[in-house]
Amino acid sequence: MLRPAVRSQIKGIPMATAPIVPDRHPPVQRGWYKRNEIRLTPWLFLAPAMLFFAVYVIVPIGQSVWISFHEWDGLGEATWVGTANYDRLLGLGDQNMDRKFETSFWNNIRWLILYLLAIPMGLFIALFLNQTVTGIRVYKSLFFFPFVISQVVVGLVFSWFYLPREGLLNAILGLVGAGPINILGDPDMATYGIIAAGLWPQTAYCMILYLTGLNSVDPEQVEAARLDGAKGWRMLWYVVLPQLKPATFIAFVVTIIGALRSFDLISIMTNGGPFGSTRVLSFFMFEESLSEFGFRMGYGAAIAVVLFIIMLFFIAYFLWSMWRDEKEGR
Amino acid sequence: MRSIITTSFAAVVAAAIASGAIAQDDALSGELRITSDMSNPAPRAVIEGMVADFGAMHPDLDIELTIVDREAWKTQIRNALGANPPDVVNWYAANRMRPYVDAGLFADISDLWEEEQFAALESTKGALTLDDKQWGVPYTYYQWGVYYRADIFEELGLSEPTTWEEELANCQAIIDSGRKCYTIGTKFLWTAGGWFDYINSRTHGYDFHMQLARGEIPWTDDRVRETFANWRQLIDMGAFIDDHQTYSWQEALPFMLNGEATSYLMGNFAVAAMRDGGLTNDQLDFYQFPKINPDVAYAEDAPTDTFHMASGAQNPDAAREFLRYVTSADVQTRINAGDALGQLPINANASVDDDKFLQQGFEMLSNNATGGIMQFFDRDFEAEMASVGMEGLQEFMVFPDNLDDILMRLEETRQRIYQ
Repeated sequence: MLRPAVRSQIKGIPMATAPIVPDRHPPVQRGWYKRNEIRLTPWLFLAPAMLFFAVYVIVPIGQSVWISFHEWDGLGEATWVGTANYDRLLGLGDQNMDRKFETSFWNNIRWLILYLLAIPMGLFIALFLNQTVTGIRVYKSLFFFPFVISQVVVGLVFSWFYLPREGLLNAILGLVGAGPINILGDPDMATYGIIAAGLWPQTAYCMILYLTGLNSVDPEQVEAARLDGAKGWRMLWYVVLPQLKPATFIAFVVTIIGALRSFDLISIMTNGGPFGSTRVLSFFMFEESLSEFGFRMGYGAAIAVVLFIIMLFFIAYFLWSMWRDEKEGR
Repeated sequence: MRSIITTSFAAVVAAAIASGAIAQDDALSGELRITSDMSNPAPRAVIEGMVADFGAMHPDLDIELTIVDREAWKTQIRNALGANPPDVVNWYAANRMRPYVDAGLFADISDLWEEEQFAALESTKGALTLDDKQWGVPYTYYQWGVYYRADIFEELGLSEPTTWEEELANCQAIIDSGRKCYTIGTKFLWTAGGWFDYINSRTHGYDFHMQLARGEIPWTDDRVRETFANWRQLIDMGAFIDDHQTYSWQEALPFMLNGEATSYLMGNFAVAAMRDGGLTNDQLDFYQFPKINPDVAYAEDAPTDTFHMASGAQNPDAAREFLRYVTSADVQTRINAGDALGQLPINANASVDDDKFLQQGFEMLSNNATGGIMQFFDRDFEAEMASVGMEGLQEFMVFPDNLDDILMRLEETRQRIYQ
């Protein structure tokens, strides 16, 4: 279809004589929307998502930051205290750093590092299960099972497993003659005990990501590599893993996010204890602002902001690498 | 359930005739909304029975009852009171009311307390008073004390201790027999608060304990250290079960049921669980926490559960009438009976069920708690102080050597909160 301007030019040629036949197709002046359709449509499709993202994500972030400069019990009036919450939390000025924050921060780091073990473990199980044997689907679903059950159930199962007297762990240790240990009651071990529980479903998650990734590994490349004499580790490292890069990226993202939001397992297994040694920042925030004795919304918000800044590093990295991939893809 | 309601009907008719205060002339109408945390089976039957009763007394009144899980209510009450609040809610006495009183969410009902009927509730008036006004009414309370295995005491030839020396001697004998003196589960921290309440108030008295609760005494005070030193005597003997930081109070019960530990410092609500666990009345008995400092009068933990009217109540007349109803002698007798809540009524004119533990507890609180009645660590202390404090108490019970560090931490918190 010709644009109106072009059309009038064509019509303009016999302009000298008046038209004999009345023009039955007068130039249609199209609406503003029609003219901008191509540019507008994507925004229209994005609008609902952007609206909800703004209302439920962007605005609350702003509100959290705002609340973190106040002292507020969540019920009455909030009083402006400036950076006092941050001073106390991070030990700025003449104050000591809040020890609960210190513990929570280092526990978060432990979670971040150890939780990443889920990626190699998931890869390993995926490689192991990526074969055609009778009933392999059953084995796969058994390995996937922990990811399907709720974190609360995982927490309960593991806390029974760790029980100091009746627990299976101590029964096994007893068989090999090792003394009974109370993992969740020992401030030095409890966090590792919870991370181990968290790794169980997380490994299953990474496994399923790699299993789908392995389906798309190009068999011709594997064949070619085999002809070139590659096998074992070298095959895995130089031929298979590079092709699994998208799966690795997603596994990395979900594991990091999972580590930073670890909350339910801690709440179920130790309730932050013994003596607060298993707190992480998200649990600490909940405890300060929303729990039974928590009426310190401002302080809780300050913790949330710090956690957000930590997460921002990872988010920035993810966005950057996604952007880079998109650019390469073009 | 049905039988509770029908018997209640009869009682209500009698009560309505007997007491003029309840049968008021102007009939209540409209809607009365009650949100309750009485979610366990027995308390749920009680609140449902009360609502049915009250509804029968006021036929024009439309009562809407919402029952929230007891633990969940501790965090949900804030939202519930915030927007479009119910008329009547459940909560706890003493400092636990503070945030809602300060925020103006609980209604001031001092005028109700002026009424004649409320004279019978005098004993708990203090616990419901903040800033010289009353903010709620009590419906039940229960004693704390040492529940012990009478059969094991008999086997070892022990008797109920009344002094700290006897207590320590008893405990030594129990440990020598290969058992632990006390079971306790401190995973949720508050159980350790009970021990602190008792040892501190027995060492220095009620007034000192309450001063500490109000933040008037530093945690690093030598008298506080004395309290911990007394506590430590038991810890060093190995009086408490191992790994208690991993258990809830219910998970710590089997130790007592199997006879691996002989006693439990607990509230009277534990009796039902112990009986369910198979202990008979002959095996189970109760004694008051022994004296430590002979010059100090007994003070007892007796937490009070309460009803409050929200300041945003839509039907304040009905709400007030309901508060009068739950505090009346007949209702308190009935709801605290052994087959209902199994606890103690507040109203002095109510009668106590003839259960042996309720009778002993009532006797103890009426005649042998001259020092004063404590509401419990987490209700007497300010909320943040309580949570930091109980964590410190748990740590002390596991690592008593960390005491200096713990006290420093608590002191830092105290100075910040009560500045």
